[in-house]
Amino acid sequence: MESPTALVSLIIGLPLLGFFINGLLGLSSRDYREKKSLIGIIANFAVFIPFLITVYFFLNFSSDAGAIHAKLFTWIDTGGLTVDIAYQLDQLSLIMALVVTGVGSLIHLYSIGYMHHDPGYWKFFAYLNLFIFAMLNLILADNLLLLFLGWEGVGLCSYLLIGFWYTDMMKSDAAKKAFLYNRVGDFAFLIAIFMVFEAVGSLNFDVVLANLDAFSGDAIFWVAFLMFIGATGKSAQIPLFVWLPDAMAGPTSVSALIHAATMVTSGIYLITRMSPMYILSPEIMMIIAVIGALTAIVAATIAITQYDIKGVLAYSTVSQLGFMFLALGAGAYTAALFHVITHAFFKACLFLGSGSVIHTMEHVEHKLHDKGKDVHFDPQDIRNMGGLRKYMPSTYKTFLIATVAIAGIPPLAGFFSKDEILMHTANMGFGEFAGAMYFLLWGVATITAFLTAFYMFRLTLTTFHGSFKLPKKVKGAEKAEEYLHESPATMTIPLWTLAGLSVVGGFIGIPNFISKTFGGEGAINWLGAYMSPIAADIPLILSIPAEWALMFFATAVAAAGVYVSYRMYGNDNQAESDAKISERFGGLYQVWKDKYSLDELYEGVVVHPTVRFSDKVLAVFDIKVVDGFVNAVGGIVRLTGSLLRYIQTGIASNYALFLIIGVILVLTLLLF
Amino acid sequence: MELLLNITIYLPLLGIVAFLFIKGDEAVKWTSLGVTTLTFFLSLPLLFSFDVANSAVPQYVTEGSPIFAGMDIKYLVGLDGLSMLLFMLTTLFGPIVILSSWSSVKKSLIGYYSMLLLLQTASLGVFSSLDLVVFYVFFELSLIPMYFLIGIWGGSDRIRATIKFFIYTLVGSLIMLVALIYLGYNAGAATGVYEFTADWRFISSPEYTIGLVEQTWLFLAFALAFCIKVPLFPFHTWLPYAHTEAPTAGSVVLAAIMLKLGTYGLIRVCMPVFPNAFMEFAPYMAILAVIGIIYGALVAMVQKDVKKLVAYSSVSHLGFVVLGIFALNTIAVQGAIIQMINHGLSTGALFLIVGMIYDRRHTRMISDFGGVAKKMPVFAVMFMIATLASIGLPGLNGFIGEFLILNGAFFSTLYANKAYAVIAALGVILAAAYMLWMYQRVMFGPITNKENEKLIDLNGREIGLLVPLVIFMVWIGIRPVDFTQYSEEWVESYISITEEKSVAVLNETRTENIPDWTAKFYSVAEKQSDGNFVTLKD
Repeated sequence: MESPTALVSLIIGLPLLGFFINGLLGLSSRDYREKKSLIGIIANFAVFIPFLITVYFFLNFSSDAGAIHAKLFTWIDTGGLTVDIAYQLDQLSLIMALVVTGVGSLIHLYSIGYMHHDPGYWKFFAYLNLFIFAMLNLILADNLLLLFLGWEGVGLCSYLLIGFWYTDMMKSDAAKKAFLYNRVGDFAFLIAIFMVFEAVGSLNFDVVLANLDAFSGDAIFWVAFLMFIGATGKSAQIPLFVWLPDAMAGPTSVSALIHAATMVTSGIYLITRMSPMYILSPEIMMIIAVIGALTAIVAATIAITQYDIKGVLAYSTVSQLGFMFLALGAGAYTAALFHVITHAFFKACLFLGSGSVIHTMEHVEHKLHDKGKDVHFDPQDIRNMGGLRKYMPSTYKTFLIATVAIAGIPPLAGFFSKDEILMHTANMGFGEFAGAMYFLLWGVATITAFLTAFYMFRLTLTTFHGSFKLPKKVKGAEKAEEYLHESPATMTIPLWTLAGLSVVGGFIGIPNFISKTFGGEGAINWLGAYMSPIAADIPLILSIPAEWALMFFATAVAAAGVYVSYRMYGNDNQAESDAKISERFGGLYQVWKDKYSLDELYEGVVVHPTVRFSDKVLAVFDIKVVDGFVNAVGGIVRLTGSLLRYIQTGIASNYALFLIIGVILVLTLLLF
Repeated sequence: MELLLNITIYLPLLGIVAFLFIKGDEAVKWTSLGVTTLTFFLSLPLLFSFDVANSAVPQYVTEGSPIFAGMDIKYLVGLDGLSMLLFMLTTLFGPIVILSSWSSVKKSLIGYYSMLLLLQTASLGVFSSLDLVVFYVFFELSLIPMYFLIGIWGGSDRIRATIKFFIYTLVGSLIMLVALIYLGYNAGAATGVYEFTADWRFISSPEYTIGLVEQTWLFLAFALAFCIKVPLFPFHTWLPYAHTEAPTAGSVVLAAIMLKLGTYGLIRVCMPVFPNAFMEFAPYMAILAVIGIIYGALVAMVQKDVKKLVAYSSVSHLGFVVLGIFALNTIAVQGAIIQMINHGLSTGALFLIVGMIYDRRHTRMISDFGGVAKKMPVFAVMFMIATLASIGLPGLNGFIGEFLILNGAFFSTLYANKAYAVIAALGVILAAAYMLWMYQRVMFGPITNKENEKLIDLNGREIGLLVPLVIFMVWIGIRPVDFTQYSEEWVESYISITEEKSVAVLNETRTENIPDWTAKFYSVAEKQSDGNFVTLKD
């Protein structure tokens, strides 16, 4: 490619242009806000054209020629710190860009139908375009600081979109919470950037990764650790994941795009990008693996207890992100990226499906209101649903496909990516460093895989199977089923596309041992081969029979999860089965249901004490002590002045007396 | 060009003269607007023809002859890399400040606008004067109009606020005056020609050094005056009072321009003139700066008055600037300079915004608002952008300054401790907390107060005030190079001059000639036993 700069500027620039057009015109003209088809077309093409250009780059990319670089202009240049607004397209960033613009395009299309009745339609699309712009900066940046711009930029868009319906204080609370938890992570990330610059003198990825020996051993650990803390914020891992479930306050297409498919995978992208550095510190790898596995199981146990359709999916996302971090910690960067891709397909499909369900449930509520019935119910509560498959066949089928995919049933997408993660974790068990720990983590991950199949089928069966609960549950909602309907084509087309990808998406990463078993070359893992120049993967040392055994075992575990779930929830008996689990696990179930009380912990230990301390101590200290001291100095001067005034009596004989006393004093001093 | 610089400085005064000949409130307002707008446009050629590559050398210099025989005190103005951007910031804010009080101030307009115009000339004078006596005169001159602006056109508790502001800063400057006189005689002796000199070009040059003992006292005196002006913790308590009582225009000038006089002085005078003291005191100044960053943010968080909140946020933001200055490397000092501009833009915008909502509702209490975004969408966007700039979102100006400062402070050899930058960086989290929380309570949620139902969105004048500021916020955020280039050469050469001078002073110093405390404080004894003074902390 001769001059890629123009095309790269288009990829980056079109979403920004879309943001400005819809944002500025929408803000300044009421008429424009009503031109919904125009707004939708502009916003959709602002993402779809970059998608096509990315495909073009992808098809013409040659590993031998290496990364494509495009510098737009110099951003910062002072005192030896030079940072460009420059992009690089290599294997990793191209794949991420394909996912972001591809899934992004589908979700933009979906939003045309989903947001059609919202008065903030123009604003919604402006924000969505801005998000794509920020996200593309994050993944295409050729240096850490521009990545950080995208990193905080997607955080801003997330904030704006979670709080999209800002008149609801709960929603704006959720938005603020997301921003602040991310800022905690960003703080650590920023310190890591300082350390990189101090050691290498550059923030450019190529330069940094080529000069890793400039770091002392300790520095590598700290840089890696601090960047990982940053990743736990953006990618919702322990201890910072609590913002993500609340983020579901945003419109559902936002949850699908930002809080499932793309933004939350930024942390995985970052660590994969820096993988040659991470591989140098086994300690930090193990920390990442532990945090990932722990997050996976913690979130999965919470997901079992939730009733909100988006809530279950949110915890499921946290849990799946945990799997990806486990992969990173096991040195399986390609496997992590693989799961990022497949997860983007099936989780976006699930979220959009849930949006379709919520859309129709809200429609029911509106229709009932129109009939003059004062009915209020939560359109996201699965206990009000049931039997929806009859009314929404496309939504049901696609949701089911995605559920099978996430559950890890072969040969759907989730099976291959999850299997690879489990395989690499077990593989690390045979490694030199902390083998026992990795075996333990493999066990945790396997249990989580079981739970995943279990809670996802609980969700699907309760929502779509059995009977429609609303008419019996809520007074005044009799015959509500009349108003249930399938969503329009702009919504079902993306659903089917994503469902299709959830079926075939796994074939880009079929493990090589399958080929080897049958006497092949063992080069069927396209993704693995494609990513090998970028990702510093730790190679598998497992034997072929061991790999087969692990794969069968993982399949059996997933199948068991599906089976148990079907036995418990397949007969329209969600309430009884939930009660049964609750009884069985007792206090533990309550812990899950309370989400491990982490919100209360942070509020109680950090937030409230800080605010109280500032209010009751610092603010008072400022007025009484700091300012009080200033006033006291002023007061002393005044007091001295008013005392000295008494000496100035104006009586000549008094002055004469002082004069004599003075003379005596001076003489005394001179004499002795 | 020399003439143009002088015209730019004094043109606002011409407006005051014009008030003698015109009648009517409208005429006064339009004259003020015309004069400040013209000042801004006249200042543009100064920017465009500035020789960036030689920014360490003052340009457009006008040099008068000494006013007393043997005393080198003279009219001396010019612009260099340090002052260029601040000078432009001042001329940019000229018309904005005039327009900000277009319909809200109704009491004795001639006096009001005269004060604003006088303030404009005084601020431009401070940034362009290169003779320290002239600098001092302008520095003090800026106090007087602000005193009247708060005292006459301020809020209900204005008298107390303005007296506190005036006396506090005056005490600082008087101490500086004493130090300045001493410095002038000391430097005069060094010239061998004059008895007294206040020519900054000579005083800051490598040719003139000051002994350690004198440096210490002189540094402390100058630094005290500047730190009160900044204001650096714990000298900040006059600021929230002054801001809450000042009229909108007063607050804007105070935040955008006047606070910068302090940080500007620290770089202009304290750094190259008292290099050893500057370097030895750097960690202590950094401690105060870091305390200010965190403390200001925490106190800001619990304020109930929007304006007071923004005032305390200034304490926090200016802490960053001081942290950058004393880190004494190019990245951090460049960050400090650009952050002065940034703080002017974003905090200036925030005070304008607070003024706009105050004009409508006559309250600034956060609890009186809620749900305003619904009624004022354009206002909501402007407010959001200013908020994001203030909390340092990448892509906007605030990030550039904070990043450069923290990055420079992180590896500063003077601080030699990562804790300063790391703790200061916590302020970035806190800034997001207090600003977004305030924004949420004012703008989001349902409208609970009926008064807010009647709110009307911004008019053309108000949008026009904010748009230029927003443009610069984005511009600096995306292309900071366009701005940092002006001071790059200045900062690099004066940092090396400062380091050179400090080495020279240590080389000349013999322990037997100085008191014990000085020797200990500057570790001269240690350095002498090495027999090698050139090893600075590097």
